[in-house]
Amino acid sequence: MSATQFLFWFLSILALFSAIMMVVSKSPVHSVLWLIVVFFAISVHYVLLNAQFLAIVNLIVYAGAIMVLFLFVIMLMNLNAETEPLKNKWLKITGVIGGGALMLVLVAALKDADIRNRIAETNKGEIGLIHNLGMALFKEYVIPFEISSVLFLSAMVGTVVIGKKE
Amino acid sequence: MPIDNYIFLSLALFCIGIAGVLTRRNAIIIFMCIELMLNAVNLLLIAFSKMHHATAGAVNPDAGINGQIFVFFIMVVAAAEVSVGLAIIAMMYRNTHSVDINFLNRLKH
Repeated sequence: MSATQFLFWFLSILALFSAIMMVVSKSPVHSVLWLIVVFFAISVHYVLLNAQFLAIVNLIVYAGAIMVLFLFVIMLMNLNAETEPLKNKWLKITGVIGGGALMLVLVAALKDADIRNRIAETNKGEIGLIHNLGMALFKEYVIPFEISSVLFLSAMVGTVVIGKKE
Repeated sequence: MPIDNYIFLSLALFCIGIAGVLTRRNAIIIFMCIELMLNAVNLLLIAFSKMHHATAGAVNPDAGINGQIFVFFIMVVAAAEVSVGLAIIAMMYRNTHSVDINFLNRLKH
């Protein structure tokens, strides 16, 4: 087993375990911390696929900014207590069965797809480097890039309007 | 690395997110599960872009770069979405003093 394969399986198991722990842990703060572990594992997956720019962006935006925002809201509202009233056992069972059924259907649909023998190249390829991505972003995709700045502005205005006391 | 490993890994992460949305009642944790699903899709998009690059990269050295740009824009939209969503959750907490989504059925009357 090569180092790439070992890293792939290790990171996959880490990501799946942390995702399950995120869903089942009672305290919201623990959920946020497990989700940060998932994001780190996915970022290392990106490095493994040689998408280094997106790995760094994933770390900064998701594991940095968004998760800090979540932690901030949880601390601000003092939701640290393990409060989950109205425990309904059947609701949980149906939720797990629903997710499992979706997974079963998708696995059954995809296991015979003719894409199966293709290889996703790891540790090589230049397209994930910041030079090539920046060239594509500012040549072909410059209009969506500018529109996304308008999206951010409207999101900022919306957040302030929703969040202020009326 | 064969592409089906990535397909099934993303599938499992996505379905864990679905199960979390269906089982948990805390609005913040539901929101985090949605982020998990977005990340599963991002991982699959990058794996597919590298798969496309592996076959078409000899002809066109930029093959597959569109998938990575797409992931970049998904991250942009996700950041905007999180800021608005958390503002909505904060407002909901101020009105109902709870983030339990079962209390939201009072929107009906």
